[in-house]
Amino acid sequence: MTREEEKGLKGDYGETLATAYRTLVAIGEATEAERFTNIKWAHLSGVNYNTIGDGGVTFLDRFSRYTQVKVKTTINPMGYDRTQPNKLSENFITKQTNIVNSFKRLGAMPSFTCIPYEMFSVPRRSRVSFAESNAAIFSNSVLDLLTNKESALSALASAVTGKAPYSDLRKKELRRAKLSIKPSFSPKSELDWGLLGYFAGNVNNDDSCINFESIPQPDLRRAKSLAAAMGTSGSCGMFTINDGEDTKVIDYEPSDANSKMDELGTSEDGDVIVLGSPQLGINELSYLTGLLEGRRFRKPCMIFTSRVVHREASRIGIVDKLAKTGCAFVCDSCSCLTPLISRKETDSIITNSIKAAYYLNHYNNVAVCLKDLKTITKDYS
Amino acid sequence: MALIFKCRRIVGGSGLGLSLVTRQPINFLTMIDPETGVIHDVEHDLHGRSLKSRVLVFPKAIGSSVGAYALYSLKTKGIAPAAIICTTTIDIITASACAISEIPAVDMKDQLFGSLSTLRQGTWVQVDADNCRIELIKKY
Repeated sequence: MTREEEKGLKGDYGETLATAYRTLVAIGEATEAERFTNIKWAHLSGVNYNTIGDGGVTFLDRFSRYTQVKVKTTINPMGYDRTQPNKLSENFITKQTNIVNSFKRLGAMPSFTCIPYEMFSVPRRSRVSFAESNAAIFSNSVLDLLTNKESALSALASAVTGKAPYSDLRKKELRRAKLSIKPSFSPKSELDWGLLGYFAGNVNNDDSCINFESIPQPDLRRAKSLAAAMGTSGSCGMFTINDGEDTKVIDYEPSDANSKMDELGTSEDGDVIVLGSPQLGINELSYLTGLLEGRRFRKPCMIFTSRVVHREASRIGIVDKLAKTGCAFVCDSCSCLTPLISRKETDSIITNSIKAAYYLNHYNNVAVCLKDLKTITKDYS
Repeated sequence: MALIFKCRRIVGGSGLGLSLVTRQPINFLTMIDPETGVIHDVEHDLHGRSLKSRVLVFPKAIGSSVGAYALYSLKTKGIAPAAIICTTTIDIITASACAISEIPAVDMKDQLFGSLSTLRQGTWVQVDADNCRIELIKKY
């Protein structure tokens, strides 16, 4: 450690920074880092009251009174859209507001997005610290950023110190897979890619990299779906495509995809169509607009996105077009883990997202009908 | 007769408790009831068991990065494990949560320090992280 890092750990810069350094040292030990490295960007999770609870609210309130972020810091979605009417409890709104104020005090950008890689310019080949699992995996695999799959607390520690352990996926030489998954068929829709990612997360219990062999390069929609599903079921932080020299190979058969489908697709049909986990970007909104040309949804459809993406979509006329097809936008929030979708309001939803399916089944206790986006627009409009 | 294993220190301190052992990973956000510390995921083999004051012996955490807050919250409510042993290499979610919550944590670093596969449920275990030592106290 440098002298400055030693002083931070000892508490010379206050107890809050000492806590941050203690956290980084623990992870440094765990990942056998020889030293810390400076990072250019931190992306934090743990912004939604529904997930961090009262313990998290109190922790962030106190933590943010004694320190500020040292590097560009963006934050994940929160629990709801403040600009829309809702039936949420006063307690939820108060606590959620408290969390937002803590992040403001810390100096984080109020981005409320899980797709920072689609909204901000990306400092290619830089070391960063991303907590949100889909963002970490996507950024490592597609954008050449170098991050470990951080936790909400480790990324926060990196944000306020500007440092992270120089280990695992932050080291170029460790960004190679030891395990490959070889599908015996070609995954087509974004849902197929999500099922593949969910399977991969289940079989790979390693924090590093996994390779997919003998498959085409996924486009943005499919890569997002793959990354999000991998992050949902596992701990690995990166994927490669057709780069599996000297790796152990696991086959992936249609029966594997079917069994994951049976596990997560817990309903034949649903009351509401829910899109956006991860949040939809401009690319996906344009694709959806194309699919819905001249059609109208027969069921309510909620689209989760960031406010910045919504503004851009509005500017180019996509928001109006989608509103005419029956879609309603929810900004700053995400379809999984929001109190806006609960058993009280709805028994079952329809989605193309594996991540949403997992969390809605396991956390919100809502049954899920899984279909790819093309099929959803065909079946319900 | 006590049995002693070496281990790797991740977060210092010492913890004593009855073992709660599983070979399945844990998603701290979705699998644990935040009010009681009981594992409420019906598919998990620890379903119905509470983490409170136990020495949790498990491979590692998976899934949501917010799981770190979930473990921290258990500590603030007095229902956290007394210590944590990861039987593989510890993950970042568990390591960071234990550091902030001051829960002693060690790992077996992919069995470099031996396997705890013979450790039964409900054995008294002392984790002395500072001295990289796990002691199984009750005859197992």
